[in-house]
Amino acid sequence: MSPADRERSGSPGPLRLVATLALAGLVSGLAIIGIYETTLPTITENKARELRAAVFKVLPGVTRMQPLVSRDEGLVVGEPGKDEPVVYGGYDDEGGFVGYAIPGAGPGFQDTIGLLYGYTPERRLVLGMEILESRETPGLGDKIYKDAEFVGAFGALAVDPEIVAVKKGTSAGANEIDAITGATISSKAVVRIINETHVAWSERLPPPGTEPAFEPRGDGAEQ
Amino acid sequence: MSKGQSYEEFVKGIWRDNPVFVQVLGMCPMLAVTNSAVNAIAMGGATFFVLVGSSALVASFRNWIPKQVRISCFIIIIATFVTVADYSLLALAPAVHKELGAFIPLIVANCMILGRQEAFASRNEPRLAIFDAVGMATGFLLALFSLGAVREILGNGSLFGVSLFGANFEPWVIMILPPGGFLTLGVILLFFNWFKVKKDEFLADVAEAERSGK
Repeated sequence: MSPADRERSGSPGPLRLVATLALAGLVSGLAIIGIYETTLPTITENKARELRAAVFKVLPGVTRMQPLVSRDEGLVVGEPGKDEPVVYGGYDDEGGFVGYAIPGAGPGFQDTIGLLYGYTPERRLVLGMEILESRETPGLGDKIYKDAEFVGAFGALAVDPEIVAVKKGTSAGANEIDAITGATISSKAVVRIINETHVAWSERLPPPGTEPAFEPRGDGAEQ
Repeated sequence: MSKGQSYEEFVKGIWRDNPVFVQVLGMCPMLAVTNSAVNAIAMGGATFFVLVGSSALVASFRNWIPKQVRISCFIIIIATFVTVADYSLLALAPAVHKELGAFIPLIVANCMILGRQEAFASRNEPRLAIFDAVGMATGFLLALFSLGAVREILGNGSLFGVSLFGANFEPWVIMILPPGGFLTLGVILLFFNWFKVKKDEFLADVAEAERSGK
């Protein structure tokens, strides 16, 4: 129907309006389902790869990992269900246990900060920290993952009695870390998230030396 | 439709009717994601895809869309393209998607895009609508990039993540915070308006000289 025809026939009836919108909605819905189905495998794969890379980063020397789920019977190897607390066990080439990569999240300066930290229960040390998710202020708060010095300071940090962020240049104890100038709130948020996550997990983790052993997957993929 | 008209529809969006600097549309992404050149280009690219795709569709179906529901139809078309852009970016460039965050879905609300559908695509044939959309989107991308580049150079001492001034440069942090966006945009708008005033004065002088010469 050309605009001239429409002029002649007067304004379209309500049925036509409804039909047009319904058709537009249907086509749009199909297009969205199409793109979702097409990109989902890549997106899931990207997320898994990102997590793997983060685990290997926060646990130096680790070459294999597997998810460990906290259930009633203790810490078991397996894929986590929805809302089940999970940590990642890191193992070296021989399958010896190195440490846990523990995900934690909490409020930052602007929005939730999600992070992963490596922890060795044997030496009670944090071995590394990686920010997975943050919307901290660009140029200030984002230094919690852009400032190599700050990130590097989590290389061997004692968790007892708890980690403390102190003014830059004054860290002395094994549990103290320099806060970033201009990003004190964000730095303290990172430390607080690790401390809270540590407390939450301390009772769920088995005594050192009794960690679940590495179970190679049937598909041969080193997870 | 002459070749000249297509060219005219394309080129007007880049300078004379630049959506950002002249029409002052699409300010939300303009100020929010131009804190680095890469973000600005990714945002510009996503907007480009959405604008060109929706303009082509709207112009093709312009005779079938009853005018009473045209805005709803435009929004459905735009939202579909935005969703496609959102998921594609998440799959292909997760790092960029993380930086842009909520601003990709917000392209739906970019008044520049809806404005082009209402003012141009729904009244012209698809070929012209595509030229218009490409021109406008390029103008938008260039505007985002100029803002992003200035803010990243001054606020972070780098361009595309490559450090320009060495370790001794003290970054002008305010430039990558929101006030920096307003400052930079203000200075660029000042330049555009100054240019327009100068051009009008020049044209008036020429006209005056011609009249007195006769």
